[in-house]
Amino acid sequence: MTTIVIAEINNGSIQETTKELISAAHSIEGNPVLIIPCSNASTADGASNFEGVSQVIAAKSDVFGTYDASAWADALDSVMPQGTIVAAASQQSKDLAARIAAKRNLSVVQDVVSIENGEFTSPIYSGKAMQTVRCNGDAVITVRANIFNPVSSGGSNSVQVVDTSGNVATAVREMIERASKRLDVSEANIIISGGRGMGDPSNFSHLEQIADVIGAAVGASRAAVDTWDEIPHSMQVGQTGKTVNPNLYIAVGISGAIQHLAGMRSSKYIVAINKDADAPIFQHADYGIVATWEETLPVLKAAFQSMMA
Amino acid sequence: MVNIAVLVKQVPDTNAKIVVQGGTRVDLSSVKMVMSPYDEYAIENALLHKEALGGIVTAITVGDGSAEKILKDAKAIGVDELIRVDVTQDMDSNALQHVLVEAIQSVGAEVVYCGKSAADTGAGSTGPGIAQRLGWASVSNITDIEFSSKLCVIAPMGGSSAKIDVSMPAVISCDKGNVKVRKANVKGIMAAKKATVQVLSANCPSSTIEIIRHSMPPSKPAGKSFQGGDSANEVARLLREEANIL
Ligand SMILES: Cc1cc2nc3c(=O)[nH]c(=O)nc-3n(C[C@H](O)[C@H](O)[C@H](O)COP(=O)(O)OP(=O)(O)OC[C@H]3O[C@@H](n4cnc5c(N)ncnc54)[C@H](O)[C@@H]3O)c2cc1C
Repeated sequence: MTTIVIAEINNGSIQETTKELISAAHSIEGNPVLIIPCSNASTADGASNFEGVSQVIAAKSDVFGTYDASAWADALDSVMPQGTIVAAASQQSKDLAARIAAKRNLSVVQDVVSIENGEFTSPIYSGKAMQTVRCNGDAVITVRANIFNPVSSGGSNSVQVVDTSGNVATAVREMIERASKRLDVSEANIIISGGRGMGDPSNFSHLEQIADVIGAAVGASRAAVDTWDEIPHSMQVGQTGKTVNPNLYIAVGISGAIQHLAGMRSSKYIVAINKDADAPIFQHADYGIVATWEETLPVLKAAFQSMMA
Repeated sequence: MVNIAVLVKQVPDTNAKIVVQGGTRVDLSSVKMVMSPYDEYAIENALLHKEALGGIVTAITVGDGSAEKILKDAKAIGVDELIRVDVTQDMDSNALQHVLVEAIQSVGAEVVYCGKSAADTGAGSTGPGIAQRLGWASVSNITDIEFSSKLCVIAPMGGSSAKIDVSMPAVISCDKGNVKVRKANVKGIMAAKKATVQVLSANCPSSTIEIIRHSMPPSKPAGKSFQGGDSANEVARLLREEANIL
């Protein structure tokens, strides 16, 4: 059986999670063919030292400049061999995976967190249960970040460039400048989120200061987003916000409602800061601090500053 | 006159406790079922589309008779026509999309709205999947929309967001965004009581993805608990030395 990995690309560069996708493909079978969607073949250079791939193909097309679901699916389909396809479980790649699966009349299994003996497991009901499935034949699989061990970069691959194209069905009229220049929660490996317990939106500046020290994005609970106009929905983590999977999630003044957990419970490490020792968030925290944020955040900031110095 | 379809799905209430029965399957028998939250945004956008350009909105769901309740809920909010595709077995994404495409074609819809993902699977495969099968444009996770001869939506794009023109026909999957969903009024609730659901039989291909089991999420080992703000020093140290982060 052939496996194919679609590299995760952001702003013309290959994302680290691609190395995790290769290792996920190993748990299915053998070394995968790595496909790199790019508008400039030099993007693929980043993969020349990835270990554990049988072949690296740079799928080169103008359509890969901006995301258009149907054009990307067309262009990738025409360069990929038949087989089981592995992509990242990012918002965009889940969309693409569904398109490609439909194009090949295959089924798609999203958000895979474990692959064992040909069985794929994903969270369902917002992580309240897990579902394990078996695919009879080829399928398209998306894999969550920060779960599989990335392959090393001691390899040496030659990159084959293949020109491709697709029919574009959408047109970007304008990009919308983000209100803040901060990292988006969906892109961050560390997130510090505030909830209603922050008391006032201006107090989010304490979270931002810590975020700046450790390179984190700032997120929020729905109560914070709904209560304060200053906190945009783009920051919301949870059932009706973003699903995130960072290495570290720091929840500050967040109670840990089931719908908030839905968006962050699969984070690798969770730190909770809450003045209520009975807050449900503590049941999911690796490190829980029972204290107000007012007394905790200055200490945390100073500790991070001296560590990062 | 635009022929608009909106896809809705019945899922457990997001507050519901989920239990795995007999160690293999989730037991939903005593769980309250509701319309998946994002589908409410899909309905709202479909109704806004109708109000802007004139048209008819048909809500479509796939499932057994119990799924008709959410169709009635959709009617109460303002949807015109209701369709249930009668299927009782497990379906993988391929099978589900196949039956939905048949239903959309039978309605003759030119634009389809759906939620960005269903609250049960969280997959988000249906919108882009049916768009591909229909050969239509699609944009997923939209947070805002404007209606003219072309659709213009706002959707995430590379860590930021963009205003995107979409050619019709199209499938639009809806995130929460800036729209406020309307609530059913008395007139709507009366109309829903009298509404009839058109039931379609499905020509359902067999699934290639087989559900082996459901299980509870692996329980995390109990975390470490600290008292007082000064313990943040210790937590920062553990993040580096024990968790290898930072
Ligand atoms: C369909 C549906 C979808 C939803 N989607 C989402 C979603 O996407 N995301 C989401 O987050 N929620 C979502 N919710 C809402 C969710 O149920 C909760 O209401 C919400 O998460 C609560 O936010 P919170 O924890 O900030 O507020 P609260 O529950 O009010 O908690 C505030 C916490 O702050 C603590 N606190 C107060 N003062 C301090 C202090 N000085 N220092 C430290 N701690 C302090 C309190 O002890 C408390 O635990 C959804 C609900 C529904 C019904």
